[in-house]
Formats: sequence, C-alpha cells, structure tokens
Amino acid sequence: MTRFRPSRRAFAAAGLALPFLARVADAAVPRGRKFVVVICRGGMDGLTVAPPVGDPDYRALRGALALGDEALALDGTFALHPSLASVHALARAGEARIVPAVATPDRARSHFEAQDVLETGAPGVYATTSGWLNRAVQAMAVGGKTDAISVGATAPLILRGAAPAASWSPGRSIDATARLPALLQDLYSDAPLLGPALARGLATETMARETGADGGGAMRAGAGQGREAARTMGSSLADFLKAPDGPQVAAVSLDGFDTHANQMVQLANRLAGLDALVDGLHGGLGPAWKDTVVLAVTEFGRTARANGTGGTDHGTGSTALVLGGALTGRGIVGDWPTLKRQALFEDRDVYPALDMRALAKGLLAEHMGVERKALDTLVFPDSAGVEPLRSAI
Amino acid sequence: MTATQKDIEAAIAVTRFGLGAKAGEIAEAARDPRGYLQAQVRREGAETFATGGETSAQRLAEFRDYRRQRVMAEQAGKGKGDEADPVKAARGFLRQNLGGDIQARLELAVETDAGFRERWALFWANHFTVSATKVQAASLVGPYENEAIRPHVFGRFADLLDAVETHPAMLVYLDQAQSIGPNSRAAQVLKRGGRRRAQTDGAPPRPKGLNENLAREIMELHTVGVDGGYSQADVTEFARALTGLGLAGPRDGAPPGQVIFRELAHEPGERMVMGVRYKGTGKAQSGAILADLAAKPQTARFVCTKIARHFVADDPPPALVDRLVEAWTSSGGDLGRVAIALVDAPEAWVPAARKLKTPYEFVASSFRAVGHPPPMRANQAIGTLGQRTFGAPSPKGWPDEAESWAASDALVKRMEFAQGLSAAVGPGVEDPMRLADAALGARLGPAAAKAISRAETRAEAVALLLMSPEFQRR
Repeated sequence: MTRFRPSRRAFAAAGLALPFLARVADAAVPRGRKFVVVICRGGMDGLTVAPPVGDPDYRALRGALALGDEALALDGTFALHPSLASVHALARAGEARIVPAVATPDRARSHFEAQDVLETGAPGVYATTSGWLNRAVQAMAVGGKTDAISVGATAPLILRGAAPAASWSPGRSIDATARLPALLQDLYSDAPLLGPALARGLATETMARETGADGGGAMRAGAGQGREAARTMGSSLADFLKAPDGPQVAAVSLDGFDTHANQMVQLANRLAGLDALVDGLHGGLGPAWKDTVVLAVTEFGRTARANGTGGTDHGTGSTALVLGGALTGRGIVGDWPTLKRQALFEDRDVYPALDMRALAKGLLAEHMGVERKALDTLVFPDSAGVEPLRSAI
Repeated sequence: MTATQKDIEAAIAVTRFGLGAKAGEIAEAARDPRGYLQAQVRREGAETFATGGETSAQRLAEFRDYRRQRVMAEQAGKGKGDEADPVKAARGFLRQNLGGDIQARLELAVETDAGFRERWALFWANHFTVSATKVQAASLVGPYENEAIRPHVFGRFADLLDAVETHPAMLVYLDQAQSIGPNSRAAQVLKRGGRRRAQTDGAPPRPKGLNENLAREIMELHTVGVDGGYSQADVTEFARALTGLGLAGPRDGAPPGQVIFRELAHEPGERMVMGVRYKGTGKAQSGAILADLAAKPQTARFVCTKIARHFVADDPPPALVDRLVEAWTSSGGDLGRVAIALVDAPEAWVPAARKLKTPYEFVASSFRAVGHPPPMRANQAIGTLGQRTFGAPSPKGWPDEAESWAASDALVKRMEFAQGLSAAVGPGVEDPMRLADAALGARLGPAAAKAISRAETRAEAVALLLMSPEFQRR
C-alpha cells in the first residue's frame, strides 16, 4: 500500500534539513488532532459575516447594508448572515465562535500586502517567502509525522516553505499503469523544485484514489465556485484528513470577497460557499470532527460605513470564525470595540482589537501543542510581544 | 557535436523570450538571436485576435439587453428552464462570446511567428488585468485587450495607461462606472430622489457616492506600486478626481456603453494627490494625475522590476532592472525602447533557465512544439492547470513566481495534460528526437535526450519531452 507520507528521497530532494526537524521535534502533536485554515480572499466584510445587530450604531452606519430580522441570532449583540445556516447550527451546538474585531499587523489596506502578511505571519510585508502554517508544521513535526495539504490548483503562500506540503484539486485521475510517472521521477532527480513536487503529487493522487476523495472519478475539474463545488471541496478535504496516514494540517482558499459594489447579493453567494465548505468538512469528517479546529480568516475587513455604490471599501478589523468539534468555550472570542464613532479605526474601519497572530498562536498552542518558543520565533517571527490568546477554543 | 554559444542563444531567444519553438524557429533565430527578437518590436503594437468583429461598446450594449430581458422575464414569472426563455439565449450568447475570444487568443499564441511580441503583449494584459470573474466585465475582456492594450504595448507607457484606465472594461471591472462625487450635483439630486422613492415603495436608495477601487488599484498595481509613497488620503483624493468618468446610459445622448465624462457627477474642487495640487475641472483633472503617475520614477522601477521578473528570474538581477529603468527614463517611458533594452541585457541570456512556464505558456508552447492547432478543450486544460484564461482571481493578475505554479498537484495535472496530448499526436510523430531538437535546440540536456531516445512508444517520448525540466522551464 502506498502511504501518504513523502518518501525520504523527497525530503532529501527538497533540501530539507532533517536535523533541523529533530531540533524542534520536542513538541508532540496530540494524536489525531486536525487544524484547517480557510482563507477568504478579497477582504471579507466582518459586519456582514456576523452583523452586530444589537450595537446601537450598526443600523445608522450601514444604512441599506444593515441586516434585520433575517439575520440568525447568536447573542444580544451579534447574529450571523442568513447564508451561514450551517455555521449557525454549529454555534448553537457550541462548535462555532466568532472573533469580531481581528486584523493582521498590516495597515496598508492593500489586498496583496495584507494577504502577504496574513499568510507569512511576519510582522511586516514581504519579509519572508514561506507561510506560517508551513512553519507551524515544521514545529509540530515529530520525525515527519505531521503532513499538510492544500486544496486547489495553486499552492497558497500560507503553506509554502521547507516542510513538504501536498496539494490536490479535482480532475481526471492518472493512468496508474503508464510508465511516465516513474520515468519522470528519474528525470527530475536533479530538479530542485519539480522533483519533490511531483513525488508528493503522485502520492496524493494515490491517496485520493484509495480514500475516495476523488469522488470515484465523479468530480469534474473546473466545477466552479458554486455552493455544491464548495461542499464537495470540504468533503474531499475531510477524506484526506481522516485517512489513516492523512495530513493533520490543511489550507484552502475561497475567492471573491472584495465587495465594492452590490455587496448584499455578492456576499450572500460567497458566504453560502463558505457555509457549504464548512458543512462538507463537518459532515465528511464524521467522528474526526471532534478533534478538529477550523479557522476562517480574511486579509482585512471593510469600511464600517457603506460606500456610495452599495458596497464597502478596504478597511481594517474583520471577523474570523473558529469552528470545530474540539471547541469547549462559549461566546465571542476577543473583545468587541463597538461601532461608536470614537471607537472606529481612523474614523473609518472596525477597530483591530485583536492581532491575528495572537489568535493563531492561541489555537496552535492549545489545539496542536506547539510550544511558545517556536510560536514566538519560528512560526510568527519577532512576535514574542504578541501573547497567544487564551481560551480561543 | 558541441553546441556553440550562438546555438544556445538561439534556443534561449525562442523559448525564454518567446512562446516556445515551432519547427524551424530556433534554426531561424540562430543567424542572429538578438536581431531575431528586436525585429519583433514594432510601433504599431501587437497583433489583435478575432472577437467576431465586435467592439466593447457593442458587447456592453448586448449585456445590457441581456440584463433588461432577465428583469422582464423575472417580472413575467417565466420559468428558467423555458426553451424560449430569452435570458437563457442571452446567457448562451455571452458564454459563446467569451469562449470565442479565448480560443482566438490561444490560436494566435500557438500560430504567431513573433513569439516575443506576443509574450510582451500577454505581460501587459496581465499587468492591467480585467477579469471575467466579474460577470459584467466578462464579454468585454477580449475587446479590451485588443482595443486598449495591444496597440500600445510598444508605445509610451502614459498612452497605454490612459487607454487602459478609461476603457469601459476597466471602469466596469473596478466599479468606477458607478462612482459619484459625494458633493456633486448628481449626488444631491439622487439623494432627494432616493428619499422620496424610499418613502413610496421602500426600495433601497440608488448608489450615490464615492468608490475607491479604481483609484487604489491604479496606484498600487498599475503605476507606483504599494511602496510608491501614497497614503489612504491620496487614494480618496484620486477617487474624487476620477468621479464623472463613466459609461453612457440610455439618457446620456451618447451611444450606450461609450465612455463619457459627466460634469454633473464630478466632485467639485481642487484635489491634492501625492503632494501635488490639481486645479482643473472635468476629465482633465484625473488625466493630469494619471500622467503624473505614469511619469513617476517609482512607476518606472515598479514596472521594470515586474518585466525583469516575468522574463528572466523570479528574483531578478538588480543590474537588469537598472538597465530597464534607464531605458524607460531616458526615453520618457517608451516601451519599445524598454523591450529592446531587455533583449540587449546580458543578464537576460544566462544559460540557466530560472523561470517555470505558466500554464498558459506551457500549453501554448506544447501545441507549438507538436505543430498542431489547439482544440477548443485546450483552454479547459489551462483552467485545470490553475490559470483559467481571462479568469485571474483578482486585479493583481496571475502570479509570476515558480512556487505559485509548482504545487504538487499542478505538476500531476501538467503530466496528465502531456499524456493526453501525446496520446493524441505522439503516434504521428515520425522522429521524436528530431521533434525534441526543434523544440529545445541546444537547451536539450543529455538526461532528457536519453530518456526520450529510450522511450517505449512515440507517445511516451513526446510526453517526456513536454514534461522535461528543459521544456517546463525557460
């Protein structure tokens, strides 16, 4: 049987420093634990994800974008957008929480700069070319026992780096009887980038066949961004995660959250996709859901006020979601700075009350057993001053 | 036989600067590799591809018809599956437009004798991305590239910038078409009308304000770059200056879809952008800001770095960037001169292939190598490899670094494509070694040559060629 783990040769070909792994390998990942990061690209509007319908300033700031009775109530202040019905059901069961005012340390309101900071975990832009989730995998690895996977045709920055990370996207499966894969692996033996990538890709393909993540060939490439495609993406990811030698860490991206105009319609669709992804993952994981934590984040929030074209412009604080059967706490995560005029960031955006790194560090520490020292230096460089958030789970 | 310096340079000219070799091209370039490329730079720009003879304005009018019919059909309560449903017909028409444009563009890439010129045009199309992921812009992307980009790619950057930022496709894609000065007369009128209507039928008020999207992306992505020294206030001021720029509607007296300037919607007053005061009124105000942005040294450096990264190395040699900036600056942003400087730069000719082909380049060069026109489903393959044509996920366009395209799954998908193409065309290839020589020339290394020569079948040999590191990289 082909195991999921990349071969030693793949490690060596990747130029991976095994002694380095051994050095940080004293932090053991609790068995069976899973950690998934969902990146919602484009600057997701937190005030639509989890509208603070009980905040006295909400309605006036938002005007036509304000949600009313159709929002799904969480507590006296917050509700969830009606498209997030599955997330709401999880919240009622204590398996989903909102983080209503979180932001990366970047303040430039540029998608690309903010996504870079969100994914590299560096204190500033373009400081490193590897992703924090990849470095977290390095910190977790005990002799290479932790693997990571991304779903989608391109590798997201958050998972790029020295630790081998597989990627997978639906498509027709390869002809296992052809000689080409073996011939190519020989031909790539001196190719630093292509060699290890192809080896991992072939191993993942084998695993997809064995676990049924490829949907028995029923999934089609280019199935689009629709709700059902998102659900299938979630359940395929679940198939990988729960496989006996499956990865423990995963990343997946959703696009299209940049809503400068006609936001109500656009976001209803995008959030339905996010909800379906969560639902697919939840349903697909089955009993493994209880060992899972999912973090859904975006690069920045949007202006607290509606703009002139039925949308919102680039802002700062946004809402993250923490989900999973491993959650024990209740209520919102972090503080709510409110929408009072003097509480807005630069009289414009939701105040960034919580550093994204504090949230991620808290989850990695509590759920994946990553040690403080590794979090402060390796995973989030120069972040000793950023305390891991307690009780985020 | 040992390869001469000229043989290697001929292979580099066709594969690194161009879109991969068709049969005979490397031999042709071998006479004078630099001259071969320089001859492709021409004032009149790059070739256009066929869009069924339709302009952006015509496409926009069609799209508006489609939307109107959809509203009417919804009001009439028509079923969506209805065969006679005009909405369904219109949607099919839109899809056909987009599919036809994409196919014509790929055919041009596969068939052109001027691979460098086409790559240069593709670079600018990506730099000034308008993506069909926004449905309102979908049928405009093809005409946009032909009208605003391709004629200007060897002209002045300022002219290219002006053509791009005032094109209907860009105005729609980055929401400019809806932006209105908050203190303009149009905003006052709309505010009163909106309130009245809200009282009567409870409908949400119509948009009546500023949208920053275009202003920000012009600064961040198209000109000075994110480190170009502008602030949030500069973005907002620029957005105010841009108000008034929009598309003609039914009551504007101009052909619908034509770009017009509405003084009524323009934010009155002078603007302060990056330390410069812009008096002026009307369209001249934003035009002056655009011209100043085009002329900034930050713009030259930001764009030249991108050019060097695209053609030569993910981490481009600073000396190369300096050369391009020098050509840009001394010529007032003449892009033909920058293209010549790129060809003249010794850093661009180092034998090591440091770039990984993007999926589009890989698929186009594969069809060029095997000498077959691309079938309709070739574009689907490009999408499966992660680069849906005209479908970049954001205004930033497609990434240009090898790491973005070398995900493990992406490599498997490339292999599947190579297997599929080779199974179809490989059996008809008389001598795979000769095909490999024509495709890679002196760049074909001994390991790949050995693997190709030992292949069990012609199809396997062709697949090995297409997947060889030499073919994947450039």
